[in-house]
Amino acid sequence: MHVSKDEYDALLKQKSPNSPILKDILWAAVIGGLICTAGQGILNLYKMAGLPEKDAATATSITLIFLGALLTGLGWYDKLAKHAGAGTIVPITGFSNAVVAPALEFKSEGLVLGMAAKMFTIAGPVLVYGISASVVYGLVVYVFHLA
Amino acid sequence: MAVNRMGARALRFRNAPRIAGHAAVVGKKEGEGPLRGTFDYVAEDDHFDQPTWEKAESEMQRRCIELAARKAGREVRELNMILAGDLLNQCIGSAFASSDSNVPFLGLYGACSTMAQGLLLGACLVDGGFADELACAASSHFCSAERQYRFPLAYGGQRTPTAQWTATASGAAVIAAKPERGRVAVTGGAVGQMVDLGVKDANNMGAAMAPAAYRTLSDYFRDTATEPGDYDMVLTGDLAGVGADLLIELFKQDGVDIRPVYSDCGLLLFSPDQDVHAGGSGCGCSACVLCGSILRDLEEGRLRRVLFAGTGAMMSPVSVQQGQNIAGVCHAVVLERQEG
Repeated sequence: MHVSKDEYDALLKQKSPNSPILKDILWAAVIGGLICTAGQGILNLYKMAGLPEKDAATATSITLIFLGALLTGLGWYDKLAKHAGAGTIVPITGFSNAVVAPALEFKSEGLVLGMAAKMFTIAGPVLVYGISASVVYGLVVYVFHLA
Repeated sequence: MAVNRMGARALRFRNAPRIAGHAAVVGKKEGEGPLRGTFDYVAEDDHFDQPTWEKAESEMQRRCIELAARKAGREVRELNMILAGDLLNQCIGSAFASSDSNVPFLGLYGACSTMAQGLLLGACLVDGGFADELACAASSHFCSAERQYRFPLAYGGQRTPTAQWTATASGAAVIAAKPERGRVAVTGGAVGQMVDLGVKDANNMGAAMAPAAYRTLSDYFRDTATEPGDYDMVLTGDLAGVGADLLIELFKQDGVDIRPVYSDCGLLLFSPDQDVHAGGSGCGCSACVLCGSILRDLEEGRLRRVLFAGTGAMMSPVSVQQGQNIAGVCHAVVLERQEG
C-alpha cells in the first residue's frame, strides 16, 4: 500500500518514544544546582583567603573552567552530562567541556589543523553570538547614554 | 529480458554461489552483548593497537577479512576481489584495510546496508563467472563515526531515546563459485531504491529506513510469489526499536504479520541494559550479526532460509545541516542452506 509523507509522519510520531522530560529536568536542576553550589563554595573560600569580591569572582570562574577541563580529560564530564543535560551544559564548566573535548578528539589530525582549528567547532557559535550581542548591548548603552 | 531477473526487481543466482567462510570481529561492548560467543574476535581495547580511531577501524576490518579467508581455507592474496565499505568519508576505513592485500578492491557505500550491498554485488560477480572467490566486508567504529557525524567523545551531550548506537564491529564473508565450498548459498536478492518519506531527524534513522525496508521486502515477496512465512527469518539490517516497530506496522496495514519470523540486527546485537537507546546501527552492526551468528545458524541447520535486508540511511552532516531529508535504502539477499 502507499503511505503518504503526512501519514508516515503521524505514524512515526506515534511510534517514537519521547525524551523523559521530567527526569531530564530533575537531573539538570540537581546537577546544575550542585555545580553552582560548588562555585559559591569556591567563591567563599577565595574571599576568606582575602581576595576582593571582583577578583574572587574571576578566580572562581578560572577554577571552574579548570575543573571542567580536568573532568573532561579524565572522561568523567560526559558521563555526568549524559544524565545532567543542560545542568552540565549551561554552567561555565560546560563551555570548558565544549572546548576541551574537540581539542582532545582532533589532536590526531595535528596540533594546528586538528587540535587548534577544531577547538572551537562547538563553542565557536557561543563566542560569535556572545561577543556580537555584547557589542550590540554596548552600542545601545553608549547611544542612549544609559551608563 | 535479463535472464536472472524475476518480476520487476528480484534477482536470482542460478549457480547459487556459496559462503565459503565468514568472520565477525567486534569491540568490547558488542562482545558483552547477547551475541557474545558468536564472534571470532572480541577486542579488549577498541583501539585495536592503533594510534587513531580510523586506523583502528581499518585494522578491525583487515583482521576480519583475514579471518574469513582463513576460515575459507584461503590466504587473502588468493582472493579474486575484495568488496568492502564503511561509514567514513571517502571510504577510508575499507580502503586502508585492504591497502596491503594486493587484491583487486572495490569500495562500497550503502551506509548501514553495505554488507547486503556487498553480498549482492559479490554474488553477481561470482554467479556471472567474473570471480571464483571474493570477500565482501563492512565495518563501523563507534569512535570514528561519532567524530565524523556527531560530537567529540568527551563532549557532554544527551541522546534522544530514538537515537541508535554505532556498533564497533566488522563482518566479512567469502563467496565462492564451487558448490563444495560451503553449505550456505546466496540464491537471490534485490537492489533497493531510495525511499524518502520526509524524515529529517538524524537521531531517528530507524524511522528514515523503515519505509525503504518495507518497499524492498514487499517488492521481493511480490516478484518471487513468496511471503514472510516462507522464510525462517526475515532479518533487517538495523532499524532498531523504532524502525522495527514502524516496519511491522507498515506490513500490518497490508494485512501481513511479519512478527513470527522477523528480527533486526540492531536489536539482536545489544541488550536494552547496554544503554544504546533504540539499538545498534552502523555498517558493522548487520555485518557482524550476519557473519557471526546468522551464517553459523544456517551452516549448522538451525536456520534454513533467511531473507536478509540491509538498510541504510543516506545522509551526511552536510545534507542534514542544509535541511535535506534522510532517504532510506534497503538491499535484500536470500541465504539458503543447501542440503547434501
